[in-house]
Amino acid sequence: MLEFIRQLGRGGIGQFAKLGRANLFMLKVLGGFPGLVRRPGLLVAQLWSVGVLSLMIIVVSGLFVGMVLGLQVYNTLVDFGAEESLGVAVALSIVRELGPVVTALLFAGRAGSALAAEIGLMKATEQLSGMEMMAVDPIHRVVAPRFLAGFISMPLLAAIFSAVGIYGGYFVGVALLGVDDGAYWSQMQAKVDLFDDILNGVIKSLVFGWVVTWIAVFEGYDAIPTSEGVSRATTRTVVYAAFAVLGLDFVLTALMFGD
Amino acid sequence: MNDIPEPTDSASLVSIRGLRFSRGGRTIFDGVDLDIPRGKVTAIMGPSGTGKTTLLRLIGGQLEPEAGSVRVDGQEVARLSRGALYALRKRMGMLFQSGALLTDLNVFDNVAFPLREHTELPEAMIRDLVLMKLQAVGLRGARELMPSELSGGMARRIALARAIALDPMMIMYDEPFTGQDPISMGALVELIRLLNDALGLTSIIVSHDVKETAAISDYIYVISQGKVVGQGTPDGLQQTDSDWVRQFMQGLPDGPVPFHYPATDYAEDLLNHDA
Repeated sequence: MLEFIRQLGRGGIGQFAKLGRANLFMLKVLGGFPGLVRRPGLLVAQLWSVGVLSLMIIVVSGLFVGMVLGLQVYNTLVDFGAEESLGVAVALSIVRELGPVVTALLFAGRAGSALAAEIGLMKATEQLSGMEMMAVDPIHRVVAPRFLAGFISMPLLAAIFSAVGIYGGYFVGVALLGVDDGAYWSQMQAKVDLFDDILNGVIKSLVFGWVVTWIAVFEGYDAIPTSEGVSRATTRTVVYAAFAVLGLDFVLTALMFGD
Repeated sequence: MNDIPEPTDSASLVSIRGLRFSRGGRTIFDGVDLDIPRGKVTAIMGPSGTGKTTLLRLIGGQLEPEAGSVRVDGQEVARLSRGALYALRKRMGMLFQSGALLTDLNVFDNVAFPLREHTELPEAMIRDLVLMKLQAVGLRGARELMPSELSGGMARRIALARAIALDPMMIMYDEPFTGQDPISMGALVELIRLLNDALGLTSIIVSHDVKETAAISDYIYVISQGKVVGQGTPDGLQQTDSDWVRQFMQGLPDGPVPFHYPATDYAEDLLNHDA
């Protein structure tokens, strides 16, 4: 029993220590941003590998999520003769919730795991250590551009997800199930507010982008430099990022739409 | 509490006094004194797990000693500010055991990496410098290859070209000969000595490959269990009176370091078991 309590305490202290390390790490990453202004090429290369290479999975998922949503919502609305509201229902669900949340989850799986594995492997193969010995700060040179690229990419990917999703709903609702074309768009235009809905969605995706990328780069950098350590760091990235996104989504939704 | 003598010998580039360092409750160094003379090839030898790599990290300022001093070119490494430490590191090259090449860059860009990070040289000049460094290690023709396409020996030679890219005053080699075939071993042995003399470097080789290291070293320190147990020129060490150093230098299977890990009596162990 005593041993159990002791282990619990040790685990708790370990987690707090890690949280502290993660925060100090974040400060150092932020310190690397001025250097990126001088060398935008580093950022652009990461925008490509973190953002552009995630496009495919985001577009395809967005399309299918929109189509499923269109189908489900149509089936519910049609019973009340309210299928004209399909556009607004699809748009609000996607822009407020599914866009930022599903994009963040996919982003954690696609880009987050890749970032953690890449940085972890660089550590395991002494590349980070080698940089330090060449008087190059690996946090500034390797981590900062990756973090900033993730933070910039995430809201853009979420926006693309939302746009594609709305077209997915349109395809199923209007083209296949016969909802009125004008009603789909005009109701959406009337009911979706730029600030209350779209801006709040953007804020969510900015927060998720920050948190998911932070978890990914930190887990990679903090990984035990062995193959097992890197694989654990990659798994932890996806698991922690998923928890963080879903937990924060509740908090943000309560703050934004709670009244 | 610690009496740290001032380095008196300006002929030594690195001077270590009373170094103590432990990790995970295990003492790695306990009162180590070392001097690395300028312009020479100095080897630090010892069995695996004696913390030879740790010593290089202490010299490079990646780790801090618990007690004692590590001075490089008169500067106390552990007390340097970040900026001063980075300035010092630009004057040190380090060759990691794995080569530590950046896997997303090709050979050319790897060698150009420190030049691009630390200088504002025009690209044409960087190209010339990189080709000169690659020519020195005999791999100018491999400039387009990616690190994954290199053999272990080639990777180490590329890493060596990168280590000399900024024309450092000193190079530290971490187990340069481990896992090399005879030809690349010969090439590396040759290169280390040649570069040291041609570029006026100071070289520190950490290794347990006795024959190769002794062939090119001017002076050897033998470290075991946290202490310097022997030192001298390669020839001098062969004639040492220390049984331990003789066992290590000649690779004898039994001696002060026993062949058997400490265990209970063999016969008793075989006969008295409960199963």
